[in-house]
Amino acid sequence: MKKFDYKELVYSFHKEMLGNNFTLVYEGEITHQITKAFTSLAENKMDSYSEDTNMKKKVFHVMVECLQNLSKHAEDVKILKNKGYAGNGIFIIGRVGPDNEDYHILTGNVIDNSSVPELEAFLDNINNLDRDGLKELYKKQMLEGTLSEKGGAGLGLIDIARKTGEKLDYSFIKIDEKKSFYTLRTKISRK
Amino acid sequence: MKPIKIRGTEDTPDVILDATKGLIEFSGRSLPEDVLSFYAPVLRWLEDYIKSPNSRSEVIFKLDYFNTASSKIILDILIYFEHLSNEGKDVIVKWFYHKDDEDMADAGVEYFEIVNIPYEMHSY
Repeated sequence: MKKFDYKELVYSFHKEMLGNNFTLVYEGEITHQITKAFTSLAENKMDSYSEDTNMKKKVFHVMVECLQNLSKHAEDVKILKNKGYAGNGIFIIGRVGPDNEDYHILTGNVIDNSSVPELEAFLDNINNLDRDGLKELYKKQMLEGTLSEKGGAGLGLIDIARKTGEKLDYSFIKIDEKKSFYTLRTKISRK
Repeated sequence: MKPIKIRGTEDTPDVILDATKGLIEFSGRSLPEDVLSFYAPVLRWLEDYIKSPNSRSEVIFKLDYFNTASSKIILDILIYFEHLSNEGKDVIVKWFYHKDDEDMADAGVEYFEIVNIPYEMHSY
């Protein structure tokens, strides 16, 4: 049996992160505390190189919505003692673009196969709409939608599409007969 | 009615609800862990307030940031005051946005496309 080589593993993670320009990679439980910690980490980092205010706001906004989606919609969400929620998932933030001037946020979480068609239809609907269409959908959802028990309003994904002006780049990877892995990549470009 | 004053935190806004002054104000950031429980006392207070409002109500939003779940609550709050205004009561909503924050200005404009209520936009 091959001996577990942590040195190789740590070094390869390090190279993977640098090579992909990932500034933060997290896999595990996503809670409100984690959301606050990651957003303030990102804000401090962006402050350190005097990132443009609008860019900072957009990154913050997308991070919050992505993290709250993970904490509330992953298939294994649990209710915490202090009434909060925790869902498991992977959260990555990295830099992209020719001069690494843009950001992207990648998330992944396990969902039930039975939830895939509805989510996919929702994502496709968002991706088929233009600026005005998204604005109308957001308004409609605010007026007609109700806040779920977990405080979800069904607005997060629409808002991400509006704020970034980019299509939602998603995929579903089938794990087995019951579960799939849902990935979402959001790009925040300097325009 | 007892006034409510909630001191803001990094994820919840400062809230002032003062019936004697007719002042309703939200400022700071709104991304509470549990939106429903944070805003429940606020909405209860507003429900009572609109039954016997001040002769003039001034509703101030001066937010740096709000998440999508809060955006739904803000609409609910505005709708309370739309009802008051429709009943002929004197209501003014003041929407403040940072001069560099186009998204916050747009958000205000969008609310006033949905809700029919006297309003003012103020940059700071």
